[in-house]
Amino acid sequence: MAVLGNEAVIGVRDLVVGFGETVVLDRVSLDVLRGEILGCVGASGGGKSVLMRTIIGLLPRRAGRIAVFGADLDGLSEQGLRAIERRWGVLFQQGALFSSLTARQNVQFPMREHLRLSRRLMDEIAVAKLEMVGLSPDVRDKYPSELSGGMVKRVALARALALDPDIVFLDEPTSGLDPIGAGEFDLLIKTLQQTLGLTVFMVTHDLDSLHSVCDRIAVLADRKVITVGPIAAMLASDHPWVKAYFRGKRSRAIDAAEIA
Amino acid sequence: MSSAKRTAKDALLEFKVSGRQLALTAGGSWTADRAGDLERLVDAALKRARDAAAVDINMARVERLDTYGAWLLERLVRGFAAAGREARVVDLPERYRDLVGEAGRINLGKVAAARQGRLATAIAAIRRTAFGIGRDFVMIVQMLGALAIAGMRCVIRPWTFRFTSMVHHLDRVGWRATPIILLITFVLGCIIAQQGIFHFRRFGIEIYVVDMVGILVLREMGVVMVAMMVAGRSGSAYTAELGSMKMREEIDALRTMGFDPLKILILPRVVALVIALPILTFIGSMAALFGAALVSWAYAGIGPEIFLSRLRDAIELDDFVVGMVKAPFIALIIGIVACVEGLNVKGSAESLGLHTTASVVKSIFLVIVIDGLFAVFFAAIGM
Repeated sequence: MAVLGNEAVIGVRDLVVGFGETVVLDRVSLDVLRGEILGCVGASGGGKSVLMRTIIGLLPRRAGRIAVFGADLDGLSEQGLRAIERRWGVLFQQGALFSSLTARQNVQFPMREHLRLSRRLMDEIAVAKLEMVGLSPDVRDKYPSELSGGMVKRVALARALALDPDIVFLDEPTSGLDPIGAGEFDLLIKTLQQTLGLTVFMVTHDLDSLHSVCDRIAVLADRKVITVGPIAAMLASDHPWVKAYFRGKRSRAIDAAEIA
Repeated sequence: MSSAKRTAKDALLEFKVSGRQLALTAGGSWTADRAGDLERLVDAALKRARDAAAVDINMARVERLDTYGAWLLERLVRGFAAAGREARVVDLPERYRDLVGEAGRINLGKVAAARQGRLATAIAAIRRTAFGIGRDFVMIVQMLGALAIAGMRCVIRPWTFRFTSMVHHLDRVGWRATPIILLITFVLGCIIAQQGIFHFRRFGIEIYVVDMVGILVLREMGVVMVAMMVAGRSGSAYTAELGSMKMREEIDALRTMGFDPLKILILPRVVALVIALPILTFIGSMAALFGAALVSWAYAGIGPEIFLSRLRDAIELDDFVVGMVKAPFIALIIGIVACVEGLNVKGSAESLGLHTTASVVKSIFLVIVIDGLFAVFFAAIGM
C-alpha cells in the first residue's frame, strides 16, 4: 500500500467534544499515518464531521490534545498555526466554493493569500490543478452556480490542493455523486495521493470508497473510535455495529464481488 | 524552515555552459514556497539558452518537489522545445516521476482571457449596457403583461387570489412603513416651509409659502418622496426575498408542484404595494403640510387658521388628484422592477447584492421618469 512510514502526521488523544448537554466525542484517540488514506465511518450524526472539524480547528474541544506534524496545536502561536493550516487542504461537503469567484479564481485564492507569485504562474498552476482533477478547459472561467455537483466537488478538490498540502481532509467527497462519478472521484483521490504523496483523512459513507481507496478505516460509534484497521479487519470484526455496517444488506454486492 | 532548505536557497537552479551544451543543475526544494524565485530562474535559464544546441536538466539534487516545481520544470522543457532546443531531464528521482509525468500531460490551452484594447473594451461595455437597458425594458413589459393576465384570472376566479399573503405584505410595506414615512415627510415639509419663508420674506410675501408648500407637496414631492422611501425600503426587500428564494430553488419547487410563482409570490406583493403607496402618499402629504404649518406658525407667525384658509384658496382639488393618481402607477413600477430583479438573481451571494442595488436604483430612476411623463400629460390636459 501507499503507507510510506509509521510516522503519525495527526495524533488525536483523549478528545472530548460536545455541544451543550450532549457529548459527541468522548475521549477519542486516533492516529493518521503519513501517506495513508484514512476513511472515517460512523452513523449519521455520530460525530465524523465533528471530529474532522475539531482537528482543523473549526470547533472547540472540551479536553484532549491534537498534534499535527508532531506539533501540539495548543502550544502553537498564531503564526505557527497559520503555517500548519497552510499545509492542509479541506474539501467541504458542499464544496464551499466562493460563489462570486470563477473556478480558476477559487483555486487561485489561497495562492494569492499565501504565496508571492507572478500572475502568469498563478494562472498556469490554477489551470494545472484544474486539469489534474479532470476538469475540461471550458469549466475554468465558470462560476460555481454554473457547475454541476460533481464539477463543484472537483473544483473544491483543486482548491484544497492549491498550495500542495501534505494533508487533505475530505468531508464526504463522493456524497451526491452518481456511482460512476463517485468511482472516478475515488480513483482521482487515489492517483493524486500517490503522485503528490498526500495524507488523506476522509469522512465517508461510501462503502465503495472504503473498499477501493482507503488504506485504513476508523469506525466511530458510541462517541468513540471503536476500531481502526484495514478493510479486511473490518470484515472480520465481531462488533455488532461494524458487522452491520460492513456486512449488512447494502454491502453484500461488494462482498460477493470481492470473494469472486 | 529546516536548515537544509536555507542552504539550498541559492542553488535552486545553476547554469553551466560547455561549448554548445547547456547544463542546468537543479537543487533544493522545488516547492510552492520557492515558486516565485524559481520562476525567475527558469525564465532566466530560457533566455540564457539562446545559443545552446542541447540542454540537460539534472534533477538529482532536488530535495523536494511539488506541483509547482513539477510545473516549472515542465515550463522549462516546453520553453526549450518551443525554441527548437532539445531538453533532457536527467536523474529525476524515482519518487517524482509520476508528478512530473502528470505535469507533462497538462494542456494549458488559452490560459488568460485575451486582453482587448481599451477602445474595444469601452465599446463592448457600452454595447453591453445598451443591450442591458433594452433587455430590462422588455422584461418589465413582460412582467406587466404577465401580471395583467394573472390579475384578470383572479378577477374571474377571485377565490384563487392569495388574499392572506396580500394582507401580510400590506402590513409589511404599508402599516410598518407608516412611522418612518410620517417622520421623513414631516421633516421635509418643515424644511421646505422654512426655506420658503426665508426667501419670500425679502419680498414681504411670506404668506405665499402656503401656496408653494401646498402645490409642491400635493402635486410632486409627496408622492415622489414616499415612492423613493418605499423603493428603498420595500422594493429592495422584495428583490432580496425573491432572489434568495430563487437561489435556493424554492421558486422551481413551487413550479414543479403546479403553482404559478407569479400568482403566489409576485401578484400579492405588487397588489399590496399598489394599495399601500396611495395611502402612504396621502398620510405623507398630510404630515408634510402639518410640518409646514408648524414652521410657518413659528417662523412667520402664520397661524393654523390663516394657513388653512390660505391653503384652501391656493390649491384646487386637481392638485390633490394629480398627486394621488400617480401613486398606484408608481407603485406598480416599483413592484415590477423589484420582482424582475429578484427573479434575475443567479446563484451567487454577489448576484443577490447586485440585483438588490439595481432594483432600488432602477425603481427610483423610473419613479422620476414616470413622474415627468405624468407632468407632461397633466399639462397637456390642463390639470
